[in-house]
Amino acid sequence: MKLLTTAAGMFSTLLIVISSGAGILAHAADLTEQARLEMIRNIEQDVRETSLELNKSELDPRVMKALSRVPRHEFVPADEKQNAYENRPLPIGHGQTISQPYIVAVMTDMLNLEPDSRVLELGTGSGYQAAILGELASKVYTIEIVEPLGLQAKERLQRLGYDNVTTKVGDGYYGWEEHAPFDAIIVTAAASHIPPPLIKQLKPGGRMVIPVGSRFMMQQLLVVDKREDNKIVSKQVLPVVFVPVTGKH
Amino acid sequence: MRKHQRPPYLSIALISGAALAYEVLLMRLFSIIQWHHFSYMIIGLALLGYGFSGAIISVFQGWLLQRFTLVFLGSLLLFGLTSVTGFMAAQAMPFNAELILWDYQQVIYLLIIFLLLSLPFFFAASAICLAFMQYRQQVSRIYGWDLAGAGLGSLIVIGLLFVAFPQNALITVGAAGIVSLLIASVELGVKQYRSVSLILLVSALVLSLLAVNLELNMSPYKSLPQTLRVDGTEVVEQDSSPFGLISIIDSRIVPFRHAPGLSLASTAEPLPQLGIFTDGDNMTVITKAAEDTSQLVYLDQLTSALPYHLADPASVLIVGAGGGADILQALYHSNNNKTSAAIDAVELNPQLIEIVGSRYSEFNGDLFQHPGVQIYAGDVRGFLTQNQKKYDLIQISLMDAFNASASGLYALNEDYLYTIEALKHYLNHIVPGGILSLTRWIKMPPRDTLKLFATAVEALRQMGVENPSEGLILIRSWQTSTLLVKNGAFSSENIKNIREFSDERSFDVDFAAGFPLAEESYNLMAKPWFQEGTAALLSDKQDQYLDEYKFNLRPAIDDRPYFHHFTKWSSLPEMFKLRDRGGMSLIEWGYIVLVMTLIVAAVLSVILIALPLLALPRCSDKGKAAISKTRVILYFLAIGIAFLFMEIAFMQKFILFLHHPLYSFAVTLAAFLVFAGIGSYLSANMAHYYSRRNLLLGSVAGILLFGISYILLLDSLFIWISDTPILLKILLTVVLVAPLALLMGMPFPLALSSLADHAEALVPWAWGINGCASVISASLATLLAIHFGFSTVIMLALALYAGIVFMYPAPPRVVTS
Repeated sequence: MKLLTTAAGMFSTLLIVISSGAGILAHAADLTEQARLEMIRNIEQDVRETSLELNKSELDPRVMKALSRVPRHEFVPADEKQNAYENRPLPIGHGQTISQPYIVAVMTDMLNLEPDSRVLELGTGSGYQAAILGELASKVYTIEIVEPLGLQAKERLQRLGYDNVTTKVGDGYYGWEEHAPFDAIIVTAAASHIPPPLIKQLKPGGRMVIPVGSRFMMQQLLVVDKREDNKIVSKQVLPVVFVPVTGKH
Repeated sequence: MRKHQRPPYLSIALISGAALAYEVLLMRLFSIIQWHHFSYMIIGLALLGYGFSGAIISVFQGWLLQRFTLVFLGSLLLFGLTSVTGFMAAQAMPFNAELILWDYQQVIYLLIIFLLLSLPFFFAASAICLAFMQYRQQVSRIYGWDLAGAGLGSLIVIGLLFVAFPQNALITVGAAGIVSLLIASVELGVKQYRSVSLILLVSALVLSLLAVNLELNMSPYKSLPQTLRVDGTEVVEQDSSPFGLISIIDSRIVPFRHAPGLSLASTAEPLPQLGIFTDGDNMTVITKAAEDTSQLVYLDQLTSALPYHLADPASVLIVGAGGGADILQALYHSNNNKTSAAIDAVELNPQLIEIVGSRYSEFNGDLFQHPGVQIYAGDVRGFLTQNQKKYDLIQISLMDAFNASASGLYALNEDYLYTIEALKHYLNHIVPGGILSLTRWIKMPPRDTLKLFATAVEALRQMGVENPSEGLILIRSWQTSTLLVKNGAFSSENIKNIREFSDERSFDVDFAAGFPLAEESYNLMAKPWFQEGTAALLSDKQDQYLDEYKFNLRPAIDDRPYFHHFTKWSSLPEMFKLRDRGGMSLIEWGYIVLVMTLIVAAVLSVILIALPLLALPRCSDKGKAAISKTRVILYFLAIGIAFLFMEIAFMQKFILFLHHPLYSFAVTLAAFLVFAGIGSYLSANMAHYYSRRNLLLGSVAGILLFGISYILLLDSLFIWISDTPILLKILLTVVLVAPLALLMGMPFPLALSSLADHAEALVPWAWGINGCASVISASLATLLAIHFGFSTVIMLALALYAGIVFMYPAPPRVVTS
């Protein structure tokens, strides 16, 4: 089954390449749409089969809808376009990657965004995650430390009409004071520890999500909650259902 | 006619030394541009170049031998050129190890890299193999020079790596190939002076051109290139040694702020820092001198600060001085407590001591010369063996990088720091009431922390502690865990302090014997794995828990020093199934790579050994050859495997004696090769007095005698003479290796000479089989050591040696003369 869906995914992306090469743009847009929906179906199926440590058998439908609206192929370099809707991380140059869609879905879901949420993102990268956030929240502020990446993402997000996403190039350690506090913060840039200013800029009741691992392989998700009483509690979540002990006791 | 001439011994020794140097350099170079574990695979497989040479020469031997001089010289030349160009082409491949399960193109890149890197081995091996065939009467002597050259090559390249960057050393290896061409043309009496000079001149020019253009192309996903993309960062200094390439990085706009494990409750910001990267990864920092020690308060916000809150240690031993953060932490507390602790710190890499201790001493305020601070170069267990001192606190904190550690890249690294014997060693150097503090990264699902806990429990039990739980404390932040092992029992006062310390910093106490754990934790997990795990490891259900846990948590021991190996075969299918659902990170790469290397090597070996068989019968059927090919296969496979088993296993045994991986590697390898070379050379002389069969019996009997006595006596001998000065230890290592290696050098040339006499067409085939066997042997030895220990590897090697007596490839003995 998995093989079939992957094959179907590959076939449809192959079609995209061929058709766009032929210049049949309208048709291509259709096929991109199809590939994207195929990707969504894959993720939904994966989530159902996993029913994560989040104790959910499906992700927030709004998150899935956001994923189906954002054109992922616009966020990857030309030579990776044919892989844009595969459920895997892709290199985007500058030693950076665009995360696996499944992981993006899981992380976004964990942020529990509302339509009026204000979100801060550290590590814009391609801008894909920011675009997804832009679909779900009212305001998204995103900071990228590598200048060429940040500028590229800014241009891309503007072109695609994400007016509620504000980008900046610079050091994210101190967050973005003028737009604080935030309902949610997502830190995709590597750091040896969680910058204390970020915790300060999180609203009580707000949540921070940090993927921990290498560029291509996330090891775990760190979820930091600031409770209403300002108490900080962290939670380590595996992005996968895996129980380390076989339950024979 | 030429067969009576003197073989080109010098050029053979030189090319063989250069090939070994090339192998050592590849490991270094690929550790810099990629990661250690894939280097392991690429280089392991590239050595199949030896197998290729045997197969190809088997098929084309007639044609090649007719043009011996040309082909021999050509091989040397091509070795020189491909050692540099092959590497340059290989590093231009856009290979990304992390994508290998997603992107099948990566497998093709890997294949191309392996083929490119195997070329020099192929040419060096071809030159030597052709010499065997051309000078059939001198097989033992040629092999002697070959091995001795390799042994010297291993020493020279390690020396070279202290003074040259590895890419420059690679050019030297290329040049050695060209020089060997010059020497060989003299040795072979080549009269075409003009052509030879022209070739030498052109290749020297090509090599210099390559030298100018050879730059290392580091994977963009390593942390150094990532850091350098940030504005205002620059490499202020680079320094290289066999321990690694060290890069010092200044980041002027965005500070490093390196403080792994910093409490979520902390508001303190780290002091300005310079980054130190080893091989482009594994960052540590040199911290700018504090104007006021209170600026160091962030070092008190780490789990590793806990032991300082239980007592004021008057003497501290820091393991891994690195950039000095742990020393600063000790100084911060000793200042706070208005005591002046004596702080000893050991650091394995002398280059790092020089950099942090003198070159950047102004920046860090003479940290290493601070009153009370003493730095020692070397390995901690060696230091403790030489030194009878006892400490109030031994601090071992985060010795490896998180990402590499989390993806299992260290699985193949022998590590004598975290074995049961090691922990006992540390505890023996702790005063009553003193503390051993071990900090590691938290991995999900839990691995290191629980394995370390199991190791500590076992160490305490073996030391006769009746109730180990009383001396153990485990605390945890979201990122790091600190395990305290006390020489004694923790008091209720201690526990109170631990609670306070942890509460203030949002850390969780996961284990404190006899005291109830907090109801709510600061760092939640789906289930309280650490509390459950520690409790199970102390209960009588320990074995059941170890069996049921999906990662390997069995403590490492000195004979099986693989602390970082967590993979269980039984869990792999589940992990692979989950790979699209975020489960990729469960797979630990080091071990998988090892198994893959072994499988690929075995499959390719079968092909390389079988293919020539299609061509061989034609050449050997009608001659005098009545030698069974099965015997040839079994014999050369067995000695190829056994030789490396012995070499690898004894190298590890001697690490525990010399207490220094680099010295041990250099001394043991060089001694094994040089003395095996001498043994091979001597076997030629001895063959005048004894039959080869008897010589074989004699050498095997000797190998068994020495092997078995070493297994039985070596450990006790090492303990008995453990406080001997290092130079004497090195000398003793050579003395111990010499007789064993001398004897081990004989079985190969004895059998190859027999083939040269009775079935010369089989000589290159046997050479190829031996080459394939060596490749299989290297990964098989590690795999066996991971599961059964190095002693088992030695026992198996001895069994193989005993077995070859029955497979000696010679024509059936005729009763009458």
